[in-house]
Amino acid sequence: MKPLHALTIHEAHDLLKKKEVSAVEITRGILDRIASIDPAIGAYITVTDDQALNQAKAADAAIAKGEIETLTGIPLAIKDLICTRGVKTTCASKILDNFIPPYDAVVVEKLNAGGAVMLGKVNMDEFAMGSSTENSGFHITKNPWNLAHVPGGSSGGSAAAVAADMCLGSLGSDTGGSIRQPASHCGVVGVKPTYGRVSRFGLVAFASSLDQIGPLAKDVMDAAILLKTISGYDPRDSTSVNREVEDYPALLSRNIKGLKIGIPEEYHTSNGVSGDVLSAIDSAVEIFKNTGAEMVDISLPHTRYGVAAYYLIAPAEASSNLARYDGVKYGFRDPAAESLMDMYRQTRSKGFGAEVQRRIILGTYALSAGYYDAYYKKASQIRTLIKNDFARAFESCDIILAPVAPTPAFKIGENVDDPLSMYLSDVFTLSANLAGIPGMSVPCGFSKDGLPIGLQLMGNYFDEPTILRAAYHFEQATEFHKRKPFNPEI
Amino acid sequence: MKITKQEVLHVAHLARLNMDESMVDLFSVQLGKVLEYVETLNQLDSAGVTPTSHAIDMSNAFREDAITSSIDRQAALSNAPEEDAGSFIVPKVIE
Repeated sequence: MKPLHALTIHEAHDLLKKKEVSAVEITRGILDRIASIDPAIGAYITVTDDQALNQAKAADAAIAKGEIETLTGIPLAIKDLICTRGVKTTCASKILDNFIPPYDAVVVEKLNAGGAVMLGKVNMDEFAMGSSTENSGFHITKNPWNLAHVPGGSSGGSAAAVAADMCLGSLGSDTGGSIRQPASHCGVVGVKPTYGRVSRFGLVAFASSLDQIGPLAKDVMDAAILLKTISGYDPRDSTSVNREVEDYPALLSRNIKGLKIGIPEEYHTSNGVSGDVLSAIDSAVEIFKNTGAEMVDISLPHTRYGVAAYYLIAPAEASSNLARYDGVKYGFRDPAAESLMDMYRQTRSKGFGAEVQRRIILGTYALSAGYYDAYYKKASQIRTLIKNDFARAFESCDIILAPVAPTPAFKIGENVDDPLSMYLSDVFTLSANLAGIPGMSVPCGFSKDGLPIGLQLMGNYFDEPTILRAAYHFEQATEFHKRKPFNPEI
Repeated sequence: MKITKQEVLHVAHLARLNMDESMVDLFSVQLGKVLEYVETLNQLDSAGVTPTSHAIDMSNAFREDAITSSIDRQAALSNAPEEDAGSFIVPKVIE
């Protein structure tokens, strides 16, 4: 048998069901692994050992009574911007480093109701602003495939924890690619659901019209299981959509003969895409052809404006959302301040890191008097054109295939002094957030240096079943997801 | 178009952030580059295009006006930097 930490969710479930292993054994196995290898990787901010073991004991008690659901006794890691009652939720920011939520996010309620075990809270770029997890206010996270490289971001802790077998699955959040890009860089599966599919209640807001919670997992089946559990209408999130949740795991197996896969011409001609990524994507296209899918040429002509529109809209929304951190009701307060105004200013300046302040300034500028029409309104019009591009494309194809990121994971420190080049690396992922459609990353190859590369599949609104099914058949035809980071240092 | 140091300071004030000189210098250069890049949007004529502020078409989300449970006062105050007698305490506002 595999070591317990190397199991997928569905494998662990089968063993738990047959009572060949207990939830406590699996949880303890992974907690031991976290203790031995996480000092080298830095995926976790908080490990909740005692709570995890108690949840595992409760799961074993339920299983003994014959009560087992798919996630009963399955240990998971939660991105540290999803509220967990009684457990510190920091957003990797000094301004929230003592914040203990008095309530659970809806996705956490759903995981708890399903009997899942929470191992702890994982690292991220502060307030999810970044593509490398280097913007964490606490520590950086390293890529388990090569410790000199970033794991991607902002859900870098989630992706690294899944890749290094320090959890069986994880929840992250995706505002411009923050699930798909780290999944790609760490060789795991990551899904950004349709906007409104998963409740954002209890997700600390970055850019409310773009944020969506989703799973990071070792394979497509596990991602489908997690997505099914966390999806659904929630009256506490007014942007949640009241629509039936489909049985994603059950819908994976039907073949994809005749499935029309759109290849956007703009993604071929985009500058700065590395040879490694291009050849991995080209081989993926061949694999899809062999499974009977049909390739269709499509065009998404406004792709080139996506980065500019996104980096006005997201910071504008962030500048408004982050106004709540004022040192009054929770979080850090600078004790030295003597007046109310000083308290606001000193608390915020000392509590927020550089990238967060940069985006607050950019967003406030874009919304300020005299600039609103030129920046925010213009960007919102581009958003309409990008949405229309996708609507037109889906008239001739079922799903869209594209790279996730222009390059494999870059080196730690390589882009920190140049925010714009970091922003440009989001070019392939952020259109899905602007349009609100679902997208996912599935492993599709390795660079010459042995770093993982992900393939992006995007679907029409609420058509998660089709992208998951296509990814599942791709995965069945390949071995990439079975490779593990071999690293003598960990 | 670049952003001047004065504009950075003005916006920092609007956003209630203190900024020392080295940060103002750095931000005016970095944000200047970002804004220069953003100017590419002006290559596109978007006159008459309806702006999208929300990806999914939806109108007001209403619910029954019914009383439901909410977190109690002590829990709501549990993270306060300073609290007293059921209230959040802040530095003196009126002299």
